[in-house]
Amino acid sequence: MLFPLPKFSGSANPNRVVVTGAGIVTVLGTGWKINSEGFRIGRTAFRPVTLFDVSQQRSKIAAEADLPEELPATKLSPNSIRRLNRASKMLLHAAHEAWSQAGWQSQENLPVILGSTSGEMSLGEKYVRQALKSPPSKRQQPTRIRHYQVQQQGLDLCNAFDFHGPVTTISNACASGANAIGHAFEMLLGGRAEKVLTGGYDALCQLTFAGFDSLKALSPTPCRPFHAQRDGLTLGEGAAVLTLETLEHARNRNAEILGEIIGYGATTDTHHLTQPHPEGNAAFAAMTAACACANISPEQIDYVNAHGTATPQNDATESAAINRWAGVSAKSLPVSSTKSGIGHLLGAAGAVEAVVCLMALREQFLPPQMSPGKIDPACHFQIVREPAEGKIEIALSNSFGFGGANASLIFRRWK
Amino acid sequence: MKVQSPKSKVQSREKDGGIFVQGLGAVSPAGWGVAALCDALKRDLPLPTYSLARPGWEKPLQVRAVPPPVSHPAFFSHPRLRRANSIAQYTVAATLEALGGDVAKIQAGELRLGIVVCVMAGCVNYSRRFYEEVLRDPATASPLIFPETVFNAPASHLAAFLGTSVASYTLVGDDGTFLQGLALAAQWLADDKMDACVVVGAEETDWIVADAMKLFQRDAIHSAGAGAVLLKKNPDGALAELSAVTDSFPFTQTQTRADAARKMRAQLPEAAPDELICGGEMRKILGEAFVASAAWRCVVACESIRQKEFGALNVGVVGANQQAIGSRFLACSEAVQVTGSAQTIGA
Repeated sequence: MLFPLPKFSGSANPNRVVVTGAGIVTVLGTGWKINSEGFRIGRTAFRPVTLFDVSQQRSKIAAEADLPEELPATKLSPNSIRRLNRASKMLLHAAHEAWSQAGWQSQENLPVILGSTSGEMSLGEKYVRQALKSPPSKRQQPTRIRHYQVQQQGLDLCNAFDFHGPVTTISNACASGANAIGHAFEMLLGGRAEKVLTGGYDALCQLTFAGFDSLKALSPTPCRPFHAQRDGLTLGEGAAVLTLETLEHARNRNAEILGEIIGYGATTDTHHLTQPHPEGNAAFAAMTAACACANISPEQIDYVNAHGTATPQNDATESAAINRWAGVSAKSLPVSSTKSGIGHLLGAAGAVEAVVCLMALREQFLPPQMSPGKIDPACHFQIVREPAEGKIEIALSNSFGFGGANASLIFRRWK
Repeated sequence: MKVQSPKSKVQSREKDGGIFVQGLGAVSPAGWGVAALCDALKRDLPLPTYSLARPGWEKPLQVRAVPPPVSHPAFFSHPRLRRANSIAQYTVAATLEALGGDVAKIQAGELRLGIVVCVMAGCVNYSRRFYEEVLRDPATASPLIFPETVFNAPASHLAAFLGTSVASYTLVGDDGTFLQGLALAAQWLADDKMDACVVVGAEETDWIVADAMKLFQRDAIHSAGAGAVLLKKNPDGALAELSAVTDSFPFTQTQTRADAARKMRAQLPEAAPDELICGGEMRKILGEAFVASAAWRCVVACESIRQKEFGALNVGVVGANQQAIGSRFLACSEAVQVTGSAQTIGA
């Protein structure tokens, strides 16, 4: 039953929640290793958009991912494989890596909690184009309708690994991935599941690209988070999937543990549909709530992976929130936005950046942002601008979205 | 709709530790309010349809649209809602009805309200309009429309109108997602994350959705609106109790739709076949509005319990393309004299 949920844990104490598998796809490549190498040196990988026509847009670049030609071996039927499109493929690659790493087996009932802003929107776009151009033609239209919807990508995962989840998709704009992981964390924390497959994904599509361009939110040049002269974001695409389980469950099966999730905070900024409150009240509240959940203070955080979109408003707001939240410890707090290398992945951003935090914790490095230029003096914290080793025990990741959806996640190194 | 078969009394129950329905709201082709929705179902006659032009076709599509409100709601003039899409207006209207007197408490910061908005097609009207603008000339596509295309725009407008900064999730999926939303809200309340949580299922009409629906159900008539259920842990004055939400049984390669529906029903107490309130009957009257339709079923179930027509009602949803999922609502009073027994509002 989803309600009342069965309690898997007999203990009155909250469970500890650990990550036993992580899969990632970004413009840097497919898989932990190549992405970790890229994030370690702050590699940037923006290029001209080829997926759709951007000739009439202000911005003409994005972080388009090159996907492997072969899909991983799964239990998907040939017909299902044939119908997979870009977002589904990225999600499947990430899920396969996480699933394989975790060593999970097919089972009857495994919750899937995903975040996405647009699912397989490129199929929705094709549907509209055909409906407008050739109204009587229904060729491929039913397939497009079925497969553009977000629930289909979750069902594809059930079929790929042969389990029957409840599939939940959270669409909280750019915080979707973080909210999905946070929700999964809370289920495990409260003893309402023993393991959850979670993550986020989004592929580049014309509607979203044109939308951000219409808002003049896209930079014509590679984005420069927290820079004094920043002028907008650069879109990217990708997916990240985590296998989360209770510590007890992971230990019982001798699973390798990649890291621990210890805190989650989610709040709503009611200031404006697309603009955050100038003082970052809700962002501050999300970070504060995550710390309270983790029972730690901001001084204990060794690295912040900022939302850092590089829009003038987001970065000003986030700076104000981090300054206020970190207080006197801000001046020595390492912060970076890995969007400087891979762009803004929207619904996938929170999940991908969660994996970046796990990489930093596991491999003990501070992910730099290599964009040149002067940092905004409003940032009282230390922007990581060069590749660096670091002693990182606890990392916090911020995700703030349209509509005021704010989420912060806190991860701890597993030793 | 025909229900009724006087049979049993609801059993005495323990009220503590439950999750209770404290308010209901609806916007539907029947009008703005739960009363209009229930009246239309009682009349048991299909509501009138309206023509919706479809590019490239001489014959328009028929939809059951939400009629204009009898009087202009005050919230329409809120800065966040003046230009908002209709799905946001339905969401806010249904929520305000469900909240009743709690609105002032929320706005005064005395009641922490969580928000779960559930959609399938979502903000499709502005999405289609914006994309058409992009196809015509992306350089001039409207920056006013794009933000309204985002799935969580209705939840954001609602939170802004109420001034609540507590967590707000937008869930996207098929009809059954509304019941997932109920389970999520119940979990939040059980964990004391908030004092109350409103769960809204909402959809809006557009030719692109009505056109797409015809590919799967030739006779279906697209409709729109919202249903809202306000949940609290407090049983005082409750309309009904949320007793259970079944597992979500997805439609997969190895679990057919029929399998999923059977497993869902197996988790709900049985109801006699002659006592079913079929989703199909509701569709004939109101049309098909995906997640909003599932929300209306829950609203009607709770309202029927409040009216003491039933002691318990099951709502089973076999969704469009994702899952079979059910929920069960109970009367709150310890020994309510009822005219009906356990029912299932089926898929």
